[in-house]
Amino acid sequence: MENALIYIALLMGLLPLGGALIAGLLGKRLGRSLTATIASSMVGMAFLLSCYLFKVFVMDDHAVVDQAFYTWATAGIMRFDVAFLLDKLSMTMCMIVLFISFMVHIYTVGYMADDPGYTRFFSYVSLFTFSMLMLVLSDNFLLLFFGWEGVGLVSYLLIGFWFDREAANFGSLKAFLVNRIGDIGFLLAMAAVLMYFGTLTYHDVFTQAPGMIDKTLSLFPNYQVPVITLICLFLFFGAMGKSAQVPLHVWLPESMEGPTPISALIHAATMVTAGIYMIARMSPLFEYSQATLSMILVIGGTTAFFMGILAITQNDIKRVIAYSTISQLGYMAVALGASAYDAAIFHLITHAFFKALLFLAAGSVIIALHHEQDMRKMGGLASILPITYGTFVIGALALCAIPPFSGFYSKDIIIEAANLSQLPGARYAYYCVLAGAFITPVYTFRAIFMTFHGKERMPLSVRDHIHESPWVVLIPLILLAIPSIIAGEFLVSKMIFMHPTLLGDSIFVLPQHNVLSQIHDYKSAARMAVDAGLTLPFWLAIAGIVVAWLFTLQCPQWSEMLKQRFSLIYRILLRKYGFDDFNQIVLVDGTRDTGEIFYKTGDVKFIDGVCVNGSGALIRWFAKAGRQLQTGYLFHYALAMVLGILFFLVWYGWGL
Amino acid sequence: MPSLTEFLIVAAILFGLGIGGIILNRKNIIVLLMSIELILLAVNTNFIAFSHFLNNVAGQVFVFFVLTVAASEAAIGLAILVVWYRKRRSIEVVDLDALKG
Repeated sequence: MENALIYIALLMGLLPLGGALIAGLLGKRLGRSLTATIASSMVGMAFLLSCYLFKVFVMDDHAVVDQAFYTWATAGIMRFDVAFLLDKLSMTMCMIVLFISFMVHIYTVGYMADDPGYTRFFSYVSLFTFSMLMLVLSDNFLLLFFGWEGVGLVSYLLIGFWFDREAANFGSLKAFLVNRIGDIGFLLAMAAVLMYFGTLTYHDVFTQAPGMIDKTLSLFPNYQVPVITLICLFLFFGAMGKSAQVPLHVWLPESMEGPTPISALIHAATMVTAGIYMIARMSPLFEYSQATLSMILVIGGTTAFFMGILAITQNDIKRVIAYSTISQLGYMAVALGASAYDAAIFHLITHAFFKALLFLAAGSVIIALHHEQDMRKMGGLASILPITYGTFVIGALALCAIPPFSGFYSKDIIIEAANLSQLPGARYAYYCVLAGAFITPVYTFRAIFMTFHGKERMPLSVRDHIHESPWVVLIPLILLAIPSIIAGEFLVSKMIFMHPTLLGDSIFVLPQHNVLSQIHDYKSAARMAVDAGLTLPFWLAIAGIVVAWLFTLQCPQWSEMLKQRFSLIYRILLRKYGFDDFNQIVLVDGTRDTGEIFYKTGDVKFIDGVCVNGSGALIRWFAKAGRQLQTGYLFHYALAMVLGILFFLVWYGWGL
Repeated sequence: MPSLTEFLIVAAILFGLGIGGIILNRKNIIVLLMSIELILLAVNTNFIAFSHFLNNVAGQVFVFFVLTVAASEAAIGLAILVVWYRKRRSIEVVDLDALKG
């Protein structure tokens, strides 16, 4: 039975890879529609398999399966296996990833219909799914790293999908490089794990973890660092890169240069959730490092609040959603920091649904307007694109945590968890996420009002051709809208309040950190939604919607006034707090200038000038001098002979 | 009768002239051959002077050998010179610069 399960999981993992290979290698020969069908059905089948595995492991409570089927490498006593860990956490993640990926595949058929790189796109998207599945399924750090890097690579390919656009190339490079910076942290963590635990398998590492608490490492003279804290800090650094936490978030807005389906996939299911998943997976390590948890709280809170504010100043519809993703990732990080891993994964799931929905709906708007993304050139689309509008609003309500939409449950629990957490930094994180609850509806509904309401600001030539997107685009929207409404209500008691929870033993929480068990007054999901009327976050969200309505539709002149009154703050926000400028000036230009200096002095002057050309010139000079001795004239040689004889005579005569 | 020293001085002058001729002559190969002749004559003069003052005939016998060799050397040298002139149309010493690597 166990064997069969692991091979089902293997098949599930390899199906998208097969789809990627077929689409990539044979795509031209098979033609567009056949390629799309094959790639989508491969992912669809994988999704069905993941549903089956989800049923077996999560609903039927099957024991954890941890099995290797291939030895990748052996080095001394180390063995690196390709092995899968099938438990509740990985199965839940797999199902979400494959569901979103399947929706994106279907949506792509419509969205990319006119694109010359159609088959290439399917190949990349399937490969993306494959990498993410490897990351989720792995039972050791190395295979996780394989998936981790695979996701990074494919994100580079996909963001730069329209490689003839300068911005796309820039964005893809930026994403790639920033992710590499995070990877340094992950690699160091892996090295430290290998050094102190002697193995990279989760199970072995986690069982040894409690014995490692007191072990310290002197990083600097007279300064001892607990090994686990060091490992966790490095791991979190890796997660910061992937999950776009401040200050390594800069790549995520740039990733908007890619096609919209890929934005949905990156932001909802793959890539950015990898860091959150990884930390939840490593909860047996993180639990023993309070310092790291505090740091996650602070960074997560900062990300949740400050990146949310940036979304308000953006005019590109996709960038607004991108910043909201960063902000929501901050929420998840806060949940992780508060040891509410279940809540983080819960928010990850609901966020996957409604964020994919928002992106795909935004994409539907964008194709309706012939690839126009600027919200200042939209407006009044609600009556023309009713289904897109409806689904977008559903996604927005879920994002803004309005009960009973799914986002409400997960976000409310995160706020509550941050409130209850006793760790240093939790207060700060609590106020950040609370303020975020107000900011989120402001930017979300600002986008809705600018896009779907008010005056029609698009050019007339475009206005006449707008029509609702084809069904192949709308069906994924509707399929995503349904879980965006009900997923929270359906999952909240199972994931958070039941014992054992949905994720069960996959998550490890120390009793003194267990904030989720302190939330007592839970009766039912419906009751929770009704009771929300008495809580602060709910009224903050309502206030946010009202503010957005006032400032965009009712009195647009107010926002102009605010811009002028607080022009300094507005400029700072437009510059995105200067992170990009800092990176550009200090890191990019600094690196380039340093390189220039080394190039000019080291390379040109020393290596080329002294070493290469210098040795040549020396030999040439020597040869030139030597050539003077050999004129070929008889009389010179005769003179030399005479002089030589004289020299020896004198030598002899002096008796030396 | 001049003394041995005077003979040796004359021979040394002749020898020096010969050497100088080889070194300083840039124009004609025939002058070169003549300089070599001059050096040989200087040696001959030494031989005869020593033979006379030391009462040893072996020196004079050597002079005959040297004269013979000088004659054949001049003959071969002039023959080479003729061939060289036919080939190069020039007998200038500065044109003889093939003797280098």
